[in-house]
Amino acid sequence: MKRIGGLLSALLLTGFTVWANDTTQVKLRRGKRIPAEVNGGITLPAGFKAVVVADTVGRARHIVTAANGDLYVMLFRLKNGKGILRLRDTNKDGVADQVTSFGNYAGTGITIKDGYLYASSNKEVFRYKLNEQQEVINPESPERIITGLIDRNTHNTKSLVLDNEGNIYVNIGAPSNACQIEDRKKGSPSPDPCPLLDSVGGVWQFKADKLNQSYPEGIRYATGIRNIMGLDWNQATNSLYAMQHGRDNLNSLFPELYNEDESAELPAEELFRINKGDDFGWPYCYFDWQQNKKVLAPEYGGDKKKEGRCADKKKPIYAFPGHWAPNALLFYTGNQFPEKYRNGAFVAFHGSWNRAPKPQAGYFVVFLPFKDGMPSGDYEIFADGFAGGFREPAKSLYRPCGLAQGPDGSLYISDDKKGRLWKVMYTNK
Amino acid sequence: MRKSFLLITCAGTLLLMAAQTKPKPVPKKVLENGKKVYDTYCLPCHQQDGSGVPNMTPGLVKTTWVTGDKKRLVELIIKGMKGVEVDGETYDNVMAAHDYLTDQEIADVTTYIRNSFGNKASLIAPAEVKAIRAKIK
Ligand code: HEC
Repeated sequence: MKRIGGLLSALLLTGFTVWANDTTQVKLRRGKRIPAEVNGGITLPAGFKAVVVADTVGRARHIVTAANGDLYVMLFRLKNGKGILRLRDTNKDGVADQVTSFGNYAGTGITIKDGYLYASSNKEVFRYKLNEQQEVINPESPERIITGLIDRNTHNTKSLVLDNEGNIYVNIGAPSNACQIEDRKKGSPSPDPCPLLDSVGGVWQFKADKLNQSYPEGIRYATGIRNIMGLDWNQATNSLYAMQHGRDNLNSLFPELYNEDESAELPAEELFRINKGDDFGWPYCYFDWQQNKKVLAPEYGGDKKKEGRCADKKKPIYAFPGHWAPNALLFYTGNQFPEKYRNGAFVAFHGSWNRAPKPQAGYFVVFLPFKDGMPSGDYEIFADGFAGGFREPAKSLYRPCGLAQGPDGSLYISDDKKGRLWKVMYTNK
Repeated sequence: MRKSFLLITCAGTLLLMAAQTKPKPVPKKVLENGKKVYDTYCLPCHQQDGSGVPNMTPGLVKTTWVTGDKKRLVELIIKGMKGVEVDGETYDNVMAAHDYLTDQEIADVTTYIRNSFGNKASLIAPAEVKAIRAKIK
C-alpha cells in the first residue's frame, strides 16, 4: 500500500496502436500506471543502461536497424494483419514514437544489406528496396527472391544473413529432433543415412538479387546442423558463424543411458565457424561439452563416449550448456561500448524447456570475447532478468529472441513473449 | 403450455444440478500411477506443472482437449498430433504417438491430467481406453 505513491509517480506509455499500412500513424495510449522499472526490467553490467523502445508490439523475433536508427522487427504471428514493424524514434530519447507495419506474412528472419531490407516467412524470402529515409518503397510488392523452402512446423524459421559478395545465407532447420522416423517417439528408429539432409539440416546459399530461387538454384553451404536461429557474418574474418540448437530428449528417449541431470546439461549448444562444405554431424553426433568431444548419438550406436564417425565432423569453436536455445548471434562492431566488446559476440538465449524436470536455464544475453575470429575467453552474462521470478517458458516475463546493433553502437534486444524491445547503451555512469 | 414450460425448466435445473455434482473422487492410486506416467513420458514437453511452452507445446491447464471428450483425448495420446490448432493457437513441436503405453497407463495418465493443474473432469477407465484403441486403425 505504501508503495502506491511510487507506482503512481511513474506514468508510462504502455501501448501502441499499429496502423496496418505504409502511412505512419501512431496512436499512443496512455495506459495503466505501472511501476517505474530500472532498465526496463533487465539487469546490465555497471556503466550500461537500457530504455524500453516499445512494448507489447507482438511476438518480436529478429530485429535489424537501418542507417538512420530505425528499427525493423519481424513478428512471429501477424499483428493487425501485418508481420513487419518499423519503429522510429524522432526525438532521439530512445523510445519509438512512430510505428509503421507492412508485410502480410509472419516469420523470424530480417536483415539489411546494401540498401535492401530482407525478410523471411517460414517458406520464402523477400526483399524491399529502402529509400534515403530508410523506408521501404514497395511495402506491398517486395521481390520474392527465395521460395518453396521446407516448412513442417518444427524448426521452420528461416534466419538470414548476407556476405559482401551478393550472397544470402538461409538456415533450413531439420523438422526433427534426431531424424527418427516418428519424431521424438521412444523406440522409433533413425535411418542411416538420414534422408532429411538433402533438403534440410543445414545452411543454404542463394543469390541476394535473383528472383524465385529454390533448392535447384541454392547451394547447400554447410550440413549436419539440426537447427540454427542465430547467425551472423563476421566482418573481421569475412566468414559465417552460427549457433546451433542442440538435440533434445536424451533421457526420455534413452532412459537406460542418460539420467535427468545428464539430459539437462547435454548436449552443448554449439557455436560454429562455418566454411563452405562443412559437416557438423547432426543427427549422427552431438557435442558433449563436459567431455569436450563430439560423440555418437544414441540413435546411431552411441554409448555416451564412443566417437566413431564423429571424429571427422567439424567441431564447435565454443560450447554452451544444453538447451539454453540460442536465438540470436551478433558480432559487435560499434564504438560505443568499451574496447573489450569490439568484435566479440553477443548471444541471446531464449531459455530452455528441455531441462525439465531439472530447473530451466538461459533467458539471458551473454557476451563472448573474441580475438582473431576465435573465442578468447569464457562467456559472461551481459543482460539478465528477462524471466522475472521464473526461469520457465510459460511463466518467464520475457524471452530474449533478437539482437541488433544501432548505427550509434547501441545494442537492441527483442522479446517474443510480450513483445518488449530494449535499447542498451553504455553511459559509463 | 404453462405446465410443459415449468416441466422443462424443472428438468433443465435437475440436469444442471447433475452436471454440477462433482465427479466421483479419483482413487489415490490412479493419480499416483498417472503422475508416474506423466513424469516419464509427458513432462519433458508439457512441463512439470502442465504449463507448456509458448509457441511450441500447449499447456494442459483447462484446455478443451484435456477436460473434454474422452475419446478425442485417448485417441490423441495413442496417435499423437502435429500442426493442429489448440484453443486458437498453433504449436511448432510435435506430440509423439504414445501407442506403446498400456491401456492402464493411458487411463491413469489421462485421468491424472484431467484432475491436476486445476482441472476437474471424470475418470477414464482402462476398459474405455481398450475400446477406443480397438477402433483405431
Ligand atoms: C515431444 C513432446 C510431447 C510429448 C512427449 C507429449 N506431448 Fe502432448 N503435445 C505436444 C504438442 C506439440 C502438442 C500440440 C500438437 C498440435 O497442436 O498439433 C500436444 C498436445 C497435447 C494435448 C492436446 C492439447 C492440449 O494442450 O490440451 C494433450 C491433452 C496432450 N498433448 C497430452 C500429453 C500427454 C498426456 C503426454 C504423455 C503421455 C504428452 N502429451 C506427451 C507435445 C508433446
